[in-house]
Parts: sequence; structure tokens; C-alpha cells
Amino acid sequence: MKFTKDWLDVHLKTNKSESQIIQKLNGIGLEVEKVEPVKNELSDFIVAKIIKANKHPNADRLKLCDVDIGKKDTLKVVCGAPNAKDGLLTIYAPPGSVIPKNGMKLEVSKIRGETSYGMLCSESELKLSNESEGIIDLNDKYKTKIGKSFFGEKKGKNVIELSITPNRPDCLGVRGIARDLSASNFGKLKEPRKSKVKKNIKHNLKIKIEKNKNQACSIFGSCIIKNIKNIESPGWLKNRILALGLRPISAVVDITNYVMFDLNRPLHAYDLDKIKNKITVRNSKKGESFKALDNKDYTLDKDMCVIADDEGVLGLGGIIGGERSGTEIHTKNILLEAAYFDPTLIRKTAKKLDLNSDAKFRFERGVDPQSINAGLDSAVELILEICGGEVSKFDVQQIKKFKDLEIKFDPKMVSKTVGTNINTNEIKKILSNLGFTIKTKGKILNVKVPSWRPDIFGEIDLVEEVIRIIGFEKIKSIEPDKKRTKPTLNFFQKHFHLAQRSVASKGYLETITWSFTDEKINNKFKEKLESVKIINPISSDLNVLRNSLYPNLIFYLEKNLNRGFGDQALFEIGPTFTGKKPGQQITVVCGIKKQSIDEDSNFKKNDLVDVFHIKKDLVQSLAELEIRKEDFKVEENTPSYYHPGISGSIVSKDGNLVLGYFGALHPKIISNIFGFEIFLENLVEYKAKNKKTKESLTFSDYQKSDRDFAFLVNKDTRAQDLTEVIQNIDKNLIKEIKIFDVYEGENIPSDQKSIALKVTIQSDHKTLNENDLTNISKKIVSTVEEKTGAKLRS
Amino acid sequence: MSDFEKKILEFKNRLNSTQDSKEIESIRTDIFSKSGFINSQFKKLASLSEDDKKTFASNINKAKQELLEIFRSKATEVSDKDLNEKIKKEKIDVTLPEKEFKIGKIHPVSQVIDEISCIFSEIGFSVEEGPDVENDYNNFTALNTPEDHPAKDMHDTFYLDESMKILLRTHTSPVQVRTMLKGKPPFKIIAPGRTYRSDSDQTHTPMFHQLEGLHIDKNINMGHLKGCLNYFIKEFFEVDKIKMRFRPSHFPFTEPSAEVDIGYRIENNKIIIGEGDKWLEILGCGMVHPNVLKKCKVDPKIYQGFAFGIGIDRLAMLKYGINDLRSFFECDYRWLNYYGFDPLDVPTNYRGLSK
Repeated sequence: MKFTKDWLDVHLKTNKSESQIIQKLNGIGLEVEKVEPVKNELSDFIVAKIIKANKHPNADRLKLCDVDIGKKDTLKVVCGAPNAKDGLLTIYAPPGSVIPKNGMKLEVSKIRGETSYGMLCSESELKLSNESEGIIDLNDKYKTKIGKSFFGEKKGKNVIELSITPNRPDCLGVRGIARDLSASNFGKLKEPRKSKVKKNIKHNLKIKIEKNKNQACSIFGSCIIKNIKNIESPGWLKNRILALGLRPISAVVDITNYVMFDLNRPLHAYDLDKIKNKITVRNSKKGESFKALDNKDYTLDKDMCVIADDEGVLGLGGIIGGERSGTEIHTKNILLEAAYFDPTLIRKTAKKLDLNSDAKFRFERGVDPQSINAGLDSAVELILEICGGEVSKFDVQQIKKFKDLEIKFDPKMVSKTVGTNINTNEIKKILSNLGFTIKTKGKILNVKVPSWRPDIFGEIDLVEEVIRIIGFEKIKSIEPDKKRTKPTLNFFQKHFHLAQRSVASKGYLETITWSFTDEKINNKFKEKLESVKIINPISSDLNVLRNSLYPNLIFYLEKNLNRGFGDQALFEIGPTFTGKKPGQQITVVCGIKKQSIDEDSNFKKNDLVDVFHIKKDLVQSLAELEIRKEDFKVEENTPSYYHPGISGSIVSKDGNLVLGYFGALHPKIISNIFGFEIFLENLVEYKAKNKKTKESLTFSDYQKSDRDFAFLVNKDTRAQDLTEVIQNIDKNLIKEIKIFDVYEGENIPSDQKSIALKVTIQSDHKTLNENDLTNISKKIVSTVEEKTGAKLRS
Repeated sequence: MSDFEKKILEFKNRLNSTQDSKEIESIRTDIFSKSGFINSQFKKLASLSEDDKKTFASNINKAKQELLEIFRSKATEVSDKDLNEKIKKEKIDVTLPEKEFKIGKIHPVSQVIDEISCIFSEIGFSVEEGPDVENDYNNFTALNTPEDHPAKDMHDTFYLDESMKILLRTHTSPVQVRTMLKGKPPFKIIAPGRTYRSDSDQTHTPMFHQLEGLHIDKNINMGHLKGCLNYFIKEFFEVDKIKMRFRPSHFPFTEPSAEVDIGYRIENNKIIIGEGDKWLEILGCGMVHPNVLKKCKVDPKIYQGFAFGIGIDRLAMLKYGINDLRSFFECDYRWLNYYGFDPLDVPTNYRGLSK
């Protein structure tokens, strides 16, 4: 919403300055978005300097001037003035500007074969004087002003642009803004002028609102004005229209726009002579079409509110008029409409047709249903003043009654809500200045809501009105209590926090990537999950919710590779989606690692990343989350996006919960990248179920002994199977098992391998003698051989 | 001189004249081992008379002590000499690169979420969460945003179904609804999380982070709201004073509603928070609308309170001087390393928020 201080003065008698007003507007909830110098018809005229006045090649009396207008390049302008000479400071009018003297709109044109970009002006052309001999000769003072507007600086008026929240349609009119300011002790709201126009002629056009189901129009007020002379608007009106950022068209159109911005009262003017027979406000039939004032054809759905005559659709009610009945500069007779349309229905129609207009913007927020007559009056007065003519009585068709809402309001609620005592008299004063009518009934106020405030429904809305006008700075701040009754983080959140920092401490950089990703890449990672499509994605390569964290991580890892960073470890902790219903999401920690192979570096060769590095990162992070080695086992089945031979899963001891995966990613997807995933909900569930209190520490000081074994096993035997068997032989005596070598090759059958391990044996009760040690060693060998088919290597 | 004494003298000479650790070891074996000189002398005792036994035993022990002392000092001397020689040879170029240690980094958004949680923890808020995918009811309807209302336009919602009932939450406010529906007042929560709007330009990303705050009890008023936010902003920016301005605004789910600006100034191209004559909008807040309370089964006649919503990414940008919102999500290796935080740098109440 834009306005100027002098426009505000039409409604508000105030001695406050523009800057005071701007500050106040912010304070009462009418946010000032921008303050800009006003644009008027004259701001186009720029101080310029003739660099060189060349002879026109095809005309003796004309000159072809190189003109400096403060831009990088000079322009060519053809000029016929005898005083055009090198170095002259003058005024330049660009193409598109309108010459005040004759209303001529400049265009780029060819004059005797030479293109002229604009014009150099004489004083009479700019209505500065009657001097028309030659172009303006400015004095040296203007030397520094080249490129600046000649008139602009003198006036120094501003356009104030407000960002009006959707609940305040009344402030989409200057009068509403004035009312709010007056309620804030910033002046007195002027009474609207009483119309003195005589409404003599007959309104002889039949108008009917059809009672359709979901009829958007409930009031249609109109009048006929005959014998007008639709001319260009006078300067003051043009300037207001320009200040709004609109283009002046003709007096009739400019006046309807002016009233819309003045009173938040959209109007529409029809060329009466183009209306066939009568006006019917009705719902559209499917497939009806019309050409709107924006020059586009619209085909309508069923049940959109249209204004029609006997020939068909004239316009879309409350949204946009039609070309067929539009006014033109030679229009003689008009029908002026002021109607009320239902906000929701207007919005639906406009959304469907993807149509926006100032009228629609206002109707969907709510226009005062009782402003029909005031709006017509205001426009009629101006039209008659500027265009002449005679006006008919107003015809108001209405199919629905609007009753002003009354609210029982306990003024104590203000103090209760804001925490500061506010006096009832002050409350009453503020509300009545805002247009509310108040009757006091004991301690309760009966408050009648003005028809222009569709945002007020109940007591709390009145509280807001009062506190907004009093000012939020009057509320006393209360220091918060430093008291905690509930833990800040729950069990899961603590693990989230720990997992995040744990993985980061293993050398991974935390990233945050979109929750959506490219369906094509996601498909490689979604396994059996359905892809969750976004109906209106921001771009076609971010069209599904991610089923895995890998797609985005890989994408950004590759981007970094392209930036020249070879060694990288990235991770993310966040949601992946298992379905499209709310809550069908899990929390995953996913890390990926890439090492660039640098053949020249001996430092690096000794520390190449392999699957056991990634396993180390994962297992150590799990340990930090208190999932220890004895709590899980490693299995081989992993999702298809991992290398089937170089990946593993970490599952709970009971095999029921997958805690994570690790391994090389499948070479078909990407080569030489290792990654891991931790499924946080599973992990936390597992921990919660198996909560252990730490036992008090006991340890044995009796001598411990190591025994080494090497077993020949089938190639597919897993080390974990061997260690598990040994561990279970005697949990009290076998303290530790360490695999120190795996060997295949010479002296070993080709389908077998040798696993060498060191077993630490120690009793808590005595020093074991040779005999005890021999017995347990024998038992280890026999049990392993029996249970796994291994053979002790001799 | 007896043989015994001769032998002793010989050992002494051998020890005194050597500088070689191997020779010392062989002397040690010759003298002290099981089959060494001392033991061989003790074996002779058996054949001696009681009187001689006593004298000779004492002589052996004396000699043993003497030799032991000489041996020890010589052994130390030689091993010191050897070590010194070895050390001399061991000089290396310590300017060669150290073994690489890679510590990762915590994303600034995560760090700021932890800082915020730490601040609100002090004044008794606990952390709640909600799903990223929401239904239209929780995201709009329960929050008093009616169907087909222009207020909805401001949200540019991503939808997951054609009937526009399932969506990506446009703000963290639905967590308010979920929290109130599953519990009983009082409520005192914050809810950080991902939020989504289909908007992408210089200053908007389709995903961003918000922090929701909600405090509902019997007498919570706007004074508490002001005090709470004032405390938070001061703590967060780690300044003693903060210039704050509450501007009336409109959100369907709060009434009265306000936007909060903080004062700042620019000094040497850096933004200084808390003072100066410029204003920066940082959050929206207000008293929870009675309609929202009703929809969440909380009686507005008994309970009232405030809610607020803050852009987390924006806070991170301001506090840590990050200029471009989009860079948060571009995962640039250099950016992550530069703006990221050491994982050991956990914001705490007693140590302070930042290093």
C-alpha cells in the first residue's frame, strides 16, 4: 500500500512531520517497508549536456547532438534549436516521457534518416514559461546535476510504502491509515465530505443478482453517468496515480483507481452503451469465456462469479473487468459499479485462473460492505467535476444482510494479557477513535465492531487493538524464572546430540542438505521404500523426499571433488522418509569418506582408507553411544547400494534391530567411496530395552597367560564365528581374543585360509598352573574343531 | 696375594679398562651368574673348617659387594656413553609434516541449536520435536489459519498430495499443536527444526531452520514474553545490553502479535548487534490465540501464554558473520571447515556458549 503525506492530509488534520508519522506507523503495526522520492510526470526530465552539436547530414536546420545524460555512453538526439551548441547545459526528455505542453508521448524516431533518442526541451514545452525560441540554457550551477531529474530535487516529496498484514484491509485505503493515526493521538480524522451532487436522471438499466448457490456477490450498487467528456486526468490526480506506481489512463479509470486506494473501495466503470440490455450477476457456466482488460482471454469453470449482459460475460466480479465493456477516452455514458464480493470465493476463482489485481487483493481480504454509497459518491463527485455529465440515483441490489458484530468485552482482559494495568477509560477512548461503538454495561463493555474491520472477532482482538495503539514499549518486561522442572533433552535427543559430535570427532564435516533429492539418484538407494513425490517441487531434480542420506551426500562430495578437494569425509544427521504420512521418518547418521590416491606420497601410502577404517569410525562412535562390542554382532547382508562383498551390517545381539551399515558403496553407483549409516531410533530403542547399570569394577591380579592358535578354516568362515565359539567356552577364564593374522596362499589348500589368534587366559581366583592352561587350550582346540570344522594348523 | 685376591684384581682391571657394553655383560656373567666366579667360591665353603668358613664367606661377600659397586658404576657409565652416542645419531628434521589428524566440524546451524537449547534450558524450557511432513490441519487449521485465506499465501507450501492435505511443514508451529494435544498444561517448550517453503533466491532457501517457543500457564502475559526474549537475545549474542523493539504485527495463531527488531550498527563492514540506530527484524511472537488453545484442548479461560518463532539460520548468520544463507546448504568443503565448530566445543552453561 502506497501513499503520500499530502494524500494523507486529505483525511487527517495533523501537525506531525513525515518522519514522525513513519515512526508511529511502525509502532502501531503498519510496517513501513520503503520511503522513496515520489515519481511524477516530471521526474523523467533530466539535466543533460551537449557534448558535441554535429550538423545533421540530411538537413541544414537540424543538428545531431551527442548528449551526456549522466550515463556511461552519450546519446544521439536530433535537435532543431538554433542555440544547440557544444557544452550547452539543457534539459533532456527520454523516450516514453510526455511533454507537458502538448501531452505528446515521445518515442524513439527517425528524423530525416537519423535516429533520435528523445528530445531536448524548450521552456514552453515544459510549461516553465512561454519562451519557445531555442532549448533551455541552464547556468553552470547545473554542471554537477547532469543525469539528475530537473524537477525532482525541488519537490522532495516521498511515497511511503506500507506492508499491510492480511488482517487489515481497511488500511489498504488512505483513510484507514489516517484513522489509525488519529487514534494514536496523531491528529484528527476529518469528516468525509457530504456529497452535494444532484442525482437527477433515471437509472434505467436493469440489474439483478441471481440467487445461485455460492453466489459470491451479495451487494451490487451502481449509478449511471451520462454525457461525460472522458479526458486526461488533471495534474494532481495524475500525480497521485503515478505515486501509486500506476499509469494514468483517463479521468474515469484514474478516478476509480483513486477511490480504491483512498477508501479501500474498488469500483468499476463500464461503457454504458456497450452493455446489452441488462446486467445479471450470476455464476458462470463451464466453458464460458471473455477477454479481460489485461488483454488475455479467460475460459471459465463452473460457478465463478461473473457480471454479464445479454450477450455474455462482461467481467469477473471483483477481480477484473472485460474488454468489451471497457471505457475509452471517447466514452460518453458510463455505469459505475460498487459491489461486495465474498473473500473466500473471490480467492478461489482468482487462484484457479491465476489472476491478480488490486481489486481482487482487496476483496479477498475484505472490503467494507457498507462503503457502497460512500464509494459511489466520492467517485461521482470527481467524475462530474472533471468530466461533467449528469448522474442517476444509486441502485443497490442486495441479497444478504450484513450485521455489525457486537462483542461483550471485559476491559480487565487487557491488563491480564499484557501484564500492565491499563485504565478502562483509555481503552474506551482508543476503541472509539478506531470506530468502535461502545456501551458500558457495569464492568462489561458492549463493543460494536465497525463494518470495515473484518478481522475483529472476539475479545482478544480488542485487546490487540488497545495494546497496539498504546504501544508495546509500555509493557513492563518480567525477568524469566531460572527454574527447571523437566530435563531439557529426552533420552533420544541426548543420543542425537552425542552421535552428532561423536561422528564429527572422527574427522567428518557435518553438512546439512535438503530433505528432498533427485528421484533418479534416490531410486538407487530407496530399496523397497516408496518414493515420496513433491507435487510442486522447487526444481525437477529436487522432486522427492529422500529415502536415504546418501544421494545428497554423494552429490556434494562429488562437487567438492570437482573443486579439487580429494580427501574428504562428510556426514549428516537428519531425517530420511519411509512414507508420506506425518511421522513416517527416521533419523539417520550417515558418513562418507573418500581418499584420493596420491602415488607420490609415501606418508599417505601407509594409511590408506579401507573398509576397516570406516568400520572403526562406526564401531568407535557406537562405543561412545555405549553400544559396545559385546552388544552387537556383524552380519553380511546389506542393502543393494553397498558393495556386496565389502560391507556389513551391525545388528543387535538378538538379531532384531539393525543399528547400522558400513562398507564400500556399490561400484556401479560410485567407486572408491566408503560409508556408514547409523539408525538412531533403533539404537535408542535397543539401549532403552537393555538398560544396564554399570557394575562395580572387579579385576584379577593373578597372572595372565597368552596362548596362540592358528586354525585352518574354509575360506568363507568368518572370524567372528571363531571368536564367538572360543568366547563361549569359558567366559570366566577367557578374557580376550585377538586376531593377529589371516593368511591364504603357499602351504594352505586353495579353498582354505589360516586364522591366527591370541587368547588371553586368566582366573579371578588363582594363578593357573601349566596343567590348567593345557586343559583350557585343549578344550579350545577341540571345541573349535568340532563346532566350526576348523583344523589346528600344526 | 691369594688366587682369590688375584682373581678379584683381574676382574677389577677388566671392568675398569672396558668401554664396551658386550664386554661388561660377559664380565657380569663371569662374576655373578650361576656358574660364575662368586658362586664357584661359595661352593668351596663346604670343604672348609667352621672358622675358615666364616672368614672366607665374609671375604667373598666383601669382594662381591666391591665388584658389584664397580660393575654398577661401570655399567651405568657405558650405557650412558652408548645412549649419548645413539642420541647424537638420532637427529631428525622436525619440520617435516606431522602425522595427519583429522577432526571434523559441527555445522553452524547445529551449533546454534545447541547454544539456543542451552540458553532456554537455564530458564526451564525443554526441547520438543515434530515431523517434517505435516497435515494441513496441524500446519494451518489448528493454528487458526483458515482455508483459503491470504495469510496462507505467504507460506508457499510444498505439498505431497494432490488434495493438498499433506505437506512439508512451513514453520515449526505445528509442534505447538502436537505438544499441547499430547500433554497437559503448563507447557514450556522450544522446538528447533527444519522447515520448508517453495521459495529460492538470494535470501531464501527451500529449506531453512526455525525455532518455536511456547510457554502456557495460568498467568503468563506479554511482560513474560518480553522478558524471555530479552533474556534470550542478550544471552545468545553474549552482550550486556540489547536494544530491542516490539512492533505490532499479524500472525493468525497469536493475538496480539509482534515482530521483534534488534538494534545494530555497521562498523568496519561488520555488524555490531545490540547498539546503533538501525533495526533488524529477527523474530515473530505473540500471545497464543484463544482459538489455537481451544483447538489444542486447552481452556483459554484458565490458561494463556506466549509463542515465538525465530529463524535459526538467520541468527547463525548474524552471530558468526556469515553473509549468504544459501551457503549453509552448499556443503562447500572450505566453508564447512571455516565456519564449522570443533565437536569438543559444546556450548554449556558453566563454560559459556562460545570459546
